[in-house]
Amino acid sequence: MTDTSEEHQPEVAAPAEPPTMYGARRADVYGQIVLHVTREQYVPVIKQLLDDGHEMCIDLTAVDYLAFPTRTLPDGIVAERFEIIVNLLSMGARRRVRLRVQVPGDDPVVPTLFDLYPGTEAFEREVYDMFGITFTDHPDLTRILMPEDWEGYPLRKDYEVGEIPVQFTSPNPGHADRMEPRP
Amino acid sequence: MTAIVDTIRGGSDAPQGLKARSELTARELMREVGSVLRMSEADVAKLGEIPVDPSEDQTMIINMGPQHPSTHGVLRLMLELQGETVLRCKPIIGYLHTGMEKTGETLTYMQGGTNVTRIDYVSPLNNELVFSLAVEKLLGIEDDIPERAVWMRMLLSELNRMSSHLLFLATNGMDLGAVSMMIYGWREREEVLRFFQKVTGLRMNHNFIRPGGVAADLPAGWRDDILRLLDLIAPRLDEYDTLMTGQPIWRERLQGVGVVTAQEAIALGATGPILRGAGVPWDLRRDQPYLRYSELDFDVIVGSYGDAFDRYAIRLNEVRESMKLVGQILDRMPGGIYRIQDK
Repeated sequence: MTDTSEEHQPEVAAPAEPPTMYGARRADVYGQIVLHVTREQYVPVIKQLLDDGHEMCIDLTAVDYLAFPTRTLPDGIVAERFEIIVNLLSMGARRRVRLRVQVPGDDPVVPTLFDLYPGTEAFEREVYDMFGITFTDHPDLTRILMPEDWEGYPLRKDYEVGEIPVQFTSPNPGHADRMEPRP
Repeated sequence: MTAIVDTIRGGSDAPQGLKARSELTARELMREVGSVLRMSEADVAKLGEIPVDPSEDQTMIINMGPQHPSTHGVLRLMLELQGETVLRCKPIIGYLHTGMEKTGETLTYMQGGTNVTRIDYVSPLNNELVFSLAVEKLLGIEDDIPERAVWMRMLLSELNRMSSHLLFLATNGMDLGAVSMMIYGWREREEVLRFFQKVTGLRMNHNFIRPGGVAADLPAGWRDDILRLLDLIAPRLDEYDTLMTGQPIWRERLQGVGVVTAQEAIALGATGPILRGAGVPWDLRRDQPYLRYSELDFDVIVGSYGDAFDRYAIRLNEVRESMKLVGQILDRMPGGIYRIQDK
């Protein structure tokens, strides 16, 4: 769904001169522009992108990399537990930009994008609901999908899935004779 | 007379203040169940003396759903109303949340299709397509997908768009009072689903478009089925025009209602008919084409006012555009294998 001319290259090690965009580390994968921003750069870089015609925020989501701290990241980017992922679209340039923000597990706080993209209000509520990442200055940071009194954050990798007891493990005794091979 | 008042106000001789219906005279019953103001005129006059803040008095907050019949049981709306006008609305969602992402964590790529096809039972094939394209991109096999599979995917996507829009027309027609539209929309949708059943074995939740291609080849006689389908639906869409598009009540209920400006739609990240209804000509099939959409000829339907009527008209006409696309795909459907042979 992105550019048609793309190559399949895994994230390669950084060249001698690391490419940047708006002062953020740029590492393209699968033909998509990917910017690695710090939490301090997060809002200013997105503000610049918005001013440069990336008028739509298509998605904002998160990933819990609890079990995968050794993932490949460009040099200088320290892997943290969570990542916030923002997908921006410029309809004029027909271009998509993806931002990845490392968010530590012991301090899962990120500024809100509500003032730049009002549509992120629901996305951020979902990330809060599912991952327990807090967005400062969000107008209504409450659970969106789970019930209000739900405990825990379901999409965290250490969240117990739980199980429902299986009620019928053996053939119905009333019909046991049908399950037997006929003489 | 005092007996009646005692009954209503909870006289000592009546349990819980009400007599059994059988014991009441018709006049008493009328008085009890009818919308009679149970206050003396002096009490009412006193109420009139209470100072009222006009700004506070004019709006009302009501809860709609999740059991309200017109919400189809999946949504609750908190609405602030001024007369019939909705000033503010807060949707409360999540009633259909089943944790599909969590389920997906433990599935393989090939099992994933079974999960994502249930994300939206109205357009299962389109969801399978998106999932398959993503997996193929990650595996680096997107250029290896056989041509027949690519064109079959387009065919099924467009048919699914038709059935999805037909469902929209049916249910929204019903909700707005054009109840016969429900029957017509479902009838035509069922014709499309019947074709899906022939191809995939199921009316919905197909798991047919899979990473690497599609699950099976098109069945014998599929071309005739599609031609029959196109012949059948085209005049029916004209019937919808008669039933709804030109109909004064329908227009009154939709035109100028729920206006979304282009600026608002973009800021809120709206896509699809909502964005196009606001006058933004953005269609991924044309602007960032995937599959072989760049080789096909179709129009992007755009609205001018961003109101509910534009969003309705866009969907109706997108069914026509999809039929155009299906016709072209029919002519160009290549032969050969329908999935990657590399196991």
